[in-house]
Amino acid sequence: MTAPPPVRPPAEPATEKATGTPGRKPPSRLLAPLRQTGQLFALALAVARAIFRRPFQVREFIEQFWFVASVTILPAALVSIPFGAVIALQVGSLTEQLGAQSFTGGASVLAVIQQASPLIVALLIAGAAGSAICADLGSRKIREELDAMEVMGVSPVQRLVVPRVLATMFVAVLLNGLVSVVGTLGGYFFNVIMQGGTPGAYLASFSALAQLPDLYVGELKALIFGFIAGIVAAYRGLNPRGGPKGVGDAVNQSVVITFMLLFAVNMVLTAIYLQIVPPKGG
Amino acid sequence: MGIEVVVEGLTKSFGKQNIWQDVSLTLPAGEVSVMLGPSGTGKTVFLKSIIGLLKPEKGRVLINGVDMVNSPERDIMETRKLFGLMFQDGALFGSMSLFDNIAFPLREHTRKKESEIRRIVMERIDVVGLLGAEGKLPGEISGGMRKRAGLARALVLDPQIILCDEPDSGLDPVRTAYLSQLLIDLNAQIDATMLIVTHNLDIAATVPDNMGMLFCRNLVTFGPREVLLTSDMPVVSQFLAGRREGPIGMSEEKDAATLAAEQTSGNGWGHAAPRTVVPQLEPSPGMPVRQAALRRRERVVSMMGQLPEAARTAIMNSYTPTLGGGRR
Repeated sequence: MTAPPPVRPPAEPATEKATGTPGRKPPSRLLAPLRQTGQLFALALAVARAIFRRPFQVREFIEQFWFVASVTILPAALVSIPFGAVIALQVGSLTEQLGAQSFTGGASVLAVIQQASPLIVALLIAGAAGSAICADLGSRKIREELDAMEVMGVSPVQRLVVPRVLATMFVAVLLNGLVSVVGTLGGYFFNVIMQGGTPGAYLASFSALAQLPDLYVGELKALIFGFIAGIVAAYRGLNPRGGPKGVGDAVNQSVVITFMLLFAVNMVLTAIYLQIVPPKGG
Repeated sequence: MGIEVVVEGLTKSFGKQNIWQDVSLTLPAGEVSVMLGPSGTGKTVFLKSIIGLLKPEKGRVLINGVDMVNSPERDIMETRKLFGLMFQDGALFGSMSLFDNIAFPLREHTRKKESEIRRIVMERIDVVGLLGAEGKLPGEISGGMRKRAGLARALVLDPQIILCDEPDSGLDPVRTAYLSQLLIDLNAQIDATMLIVTHNLDIAATVPDNMGMLFCRNLVTFGPREVLLTSDMPVVSQFLAGRREGPIGMSEEKDAATLAAEQTSGNGWGHAAPRTVVPQLEPSPGMPVRQAALRRRERVVSMMGQLPEAARTAIMNSYTPTLGGGRR
């Protein structure tokens, strides 16, 4: 065999022939954020539908519930004590200047139960559990595990995402109860011990200003925030962009996006609540 | 008997980059087909499009009347249960042992008792030669073992259509030969339609009934194995001979200037000695007769008139017992 001189192909790939898909205009860049938003909503809808589809993944749900709870309980309790205290001190000092010190209890309890508690819960769930969920789904995606699952006729949304979203929702609700109690106790402790408030006045103003719907709305918020945290984490995890680095970025983004969504949704919910539920003290 | 897969005018692009266009072919029911092609010509994309994981912009993939491209997601999910797909690197679930991985489709789709699941899974594990490793996690075994486990998982639901994405990559030549034999034996046993995507020449020469080749955004050809094996198209003969001279370059295509230089410099391509067609693998002794081979014979004989001369001769030889045997 005569060995021919090696003929290397050109280093540059042959210039891309203009064979791009005919008759198709590339979508405008301005619309990209809208597309992402739309896909996020589509996933939320798909999850909401798949929640009711049999068979329900009990085992996966319990595992995820346990996981989410175990990574959030302790930090939530530890964060809520100083948070309740800060609110108590701040409100206490303000009401003292106004001469309405007897209402400190009610005001700080309202702030903790309605605002602080659901937000603390959601931030912790997004930060601790959401990031883990996003990383888990993302690495499964790039290892083609999700494709394999889909090929076997099993929907990853139903099999993996639904249990995780339900877990974040229910843990958020339960955790919200814990944080509300611990936060309120923290506020009580600091108001009574540090600021010399009287226990009787604290409790009396508590029942004068606070009402049960305040607790309900706190729990509802926690439920919605848990849903948002779960959906955003799942969405970013299911769509990582290119390789392991993409998974890292996706985790980062999922936490940031969740935080931003939380505060926006919280504002809307609070505004609606203040409109439709009459204040008790009024 | 397997199910026919009809692909019509399939075109897929990622953004501006066109992967292939207007691919039309029919995988005959129960037969083994191989899709060849240089690296990066979208063979895996083609496989994933058939099963509906990727959505081509144009065309249809018809299986039992369901279009895997445009039908409702529910129908596609249902149809996927007919498939077994062996991924390039196994795509096993990292958090489950091999046993649980292979049992996964059974647990999801059937109401079998655990003892029966165990029996079926162990049987499949035995077939792919992984006995003793069933308790290991995918991270603890070699790439070749992961691949075989992936095959076992693809087989566990007795699929009607089996798709294999590069079954040979990461396997040594001996294991590749065993795997080729295994695929043929499987075909004899369950009579499933099979599509193997590969660039391994041994598998391509010995396993399939039909062969196709993707190159340069097009389906070069698809038909009975003899057509491709005897083809004198430059792309095909370069690929089958593994030469550097020809239209296939290190990057996807060579540019015209290099090609012209090559042709004039004397080491032209297309003058290679006529290739002989290696006989196809037969099922191991004790296996049933491959029904697909019988069906294919009828089909090929009926289309004999449309085939090129070289392919016709090769087919005649292979179907004449006195000549078909020991020729190399």
